[in-house]
Amino acid sequence: MTKAAEIDIVSVSKIYGQTTAVHAISLKIPAGSYCCLLGPSGCGKTSTLRMIAGHESISEGDIRLGTKVVTDLPPARRGTAMMFQSYALFPHLDLIDNVAFSLKMKGVEKEERRRKALEMLQLMQLEPYATRRPAQLSGGQQQRVALARALITDPEALLLDEPLSALDPFLKIRMRAELKKLQTTLGITFVHVTHSQEEAMALADIVVVMNDGRIEQAAHPRTVFERPATAFVARFMGDHNVITGRVVEKVENGIIIEVPGGGRFQAIDGTGEIGDAADIAVRTDRVMLAETSAPTLGFTGIVQNVEYRGSSVKMVVSGAGIEDFTLIISDAAFFANPVKMGDAVPLSWNSGDAIVLGRITH
Amino acid sequence: MTMVVPPPKTVKVEALEKPPITLPPSLISWLQAAPLTIILGAFLALPILMITVVSFWDYDFAQMYPDFVTFNYAETLGSWVTWKTYLNTLKFTFLVWSITLFIGFWVAYFLAFHIRTSAMQTVLFLVCTVPFLTSNIIRMISWIPVLGRNGLVNSALIETGIIAAPIEWLLYSDFAVVLAMVHLYTLFMVTPIFNTMMRIDRSLIEAARDAGASGLQILTNVIIPLSKPGMAIGSIFVVTLVMADFSTVQVMSGGQSASVALMMKNQMSLLQYPAAAANAVVLLVLVLLMVAGILRIVDIRKEL
Repeated sequence: MTKAAEIDIVSVSKIYGQTTAVHAISLKIPAGSYCCLLGPSGCGKTSTLRMIAGHESISEGDIRLGTKVVTDLPPARRGTAMMFQSYALFPHLDLIDNVAFSLKMKGVEKEERRRKALEMLQLMQLEPYATRRPAQLSGGQQQRVALARALITDPEALLLDEPLSALDPFLKIRMRAELKKLQTTLGITFVHVTHSQEEAMALADIVVVMNDGRIEQAAHPRTVFERPATAFVARFMGDHNVITGRVVEKVENGIIIEVPGGGRFQAIDGTGEIGDAADIAVRTDRVMLAETSAPTLGFTGIVQNVEYRGSSVKMVVSGAGIEDFTLIISDAAFFANPVKMGDAVPLSWNSGDAIVLGRITH
Repeated sequence: MTMVVPPPKTVKVEALEKPPITLPPSLISWLQAAPLTIILGAFLALPILMITVVSFWDYDFAQMYPDFVTFNYAETLGSWVTWKTYLNTLKFTFLVWSITLFIGFWVAYFLAFHIRTSAMQTVLFLVCTVPFLTSNIIRMISWIPVLGRNGLVNSALIETGIIAAPIEWLLYSDFAVVLAMVHLYTLFMVTPIFNTMMRIDRSLIEAARDAGASGLQILTNVIIPLSKPGMAIGSIFVVTLVMADFSTVQVMSGGQSASVALMMKNQMSLLQYPAAAANAVVLLVLVLLMVAGILRIVDIRKEL
């Protein structure tokens, strides 16, 4: 079953009447990789997945799967299988008939298709429930049935529409691990739509962050987290403070920006003309409660909020023209020198921890 | 800016200070169940009981005599006229049921799956119900000028030269009875089927298409099985209505066809109440058996 296909999306748009849901996106998903489409609701991630699956017509552009262009093919002839958000199991059929559904549609003999479906259920460890109806199963079991039903078509790519959203948090983490294991075993391409950055980071080989019908960044999760391409990505992935200002000085390997009515901050890995608007990001876990070594790598602010989280403490500080600057420090560091709301504290970070964010020109 | 805050309305305290009347919990339950029990008892159980009792009474041309005799049943079941009438009624029921099921399914299918906006669905569904703003009898009688010997259909066919003489079987025939009944009862089939279809998760249809099902395969493997409860409820409506119909049969057949209910009506007009009552009991048992049969085939509990 190792016949994964590369998915190539070439300037694909989706237009509903007057509104454009997806703006000419291009994306290459390597064969056999686990790709997560990540973004807030309404960002076009589900439309993109449904266009790959063939459940949504493609307004403009083309989609290639392996060697064939599938733009105008019906879902079943694309070599993809889709797993729906609420699993969409047939409530009137037992598990065997649910899993064997696509074989029945192809006209496979009853004995043959029941045998294959049972094999698939065995693989998913659902054999004892073979004659039950979907309503008699738990959420996690239903998900495995949906997986079995999708995989029996022997697809080159599996498309998953928010597969974990219907599960409780504990089960979510368990099924997440199962999905990853399954993908590794089968070696086929998985495309997984989610709005949870935690889910995307845990699963994906490539995270595709989408916003407003456009791709903001498509890269390995580590790159997306450590080098977010835009302010949107930095905010959406969390654990970053985004500071917006204007470029006032160019330095070696970076720029210095000035926040309106506030301080100046230096960041690396970016360029910009003096006077341009620019965003920089500072990782929340890299900020220290200490006097700055250089005036552009920290500020003094007033503590707005302190939250104890066990192994760490989250603080929100305002100052130097920046509202709600978040930092997370270890509990040891915090309790060695505790502060409380209203205190003025010095903050600082190293020069490598502030990076310049790009801006997409639409 | 100052705002005058109105003082909070004070609840009359005196009323609350009186000790509340406490009823024993069991009495409260009885009181809660009482209204429905009284209505069903007075308008359903009691009449059926009376009919059953009267069906065992004796009678002559003028009066009924309380008694316990079984010859009302013996006469009803022993007469070949009764059997013929029952067979005729069952024939009408079967024809009307199959035609309304066919039409009802497709109308509901069109409304549920081909009309995209829910506003338009509601509008079209209301359009379906508009004829029901007039009475049954008027809707039935309005067929007469359409189907009659010199009616719209016949005169149009003669004027276009398709036929030379008027078609006689259009009105006052079994055809007219079935046509009028289909007209009267199709909506009772459309409504429950439409209701069931609207509850079918649309992603099931996408899942079927994803598995390679064609339009016909989606219909036979997904939509029809999932619409069965609605079809069963509609069938119960139509079967019970047609089995009990006498006016449509009388008017549209011109008195040439008979139904069980019409037979009962005739018995009552001859003051043979116990005979009509016996007939009614037999009909009730038959209809209940048919409903039980439908419920055995399809599980409608999910729809209730």
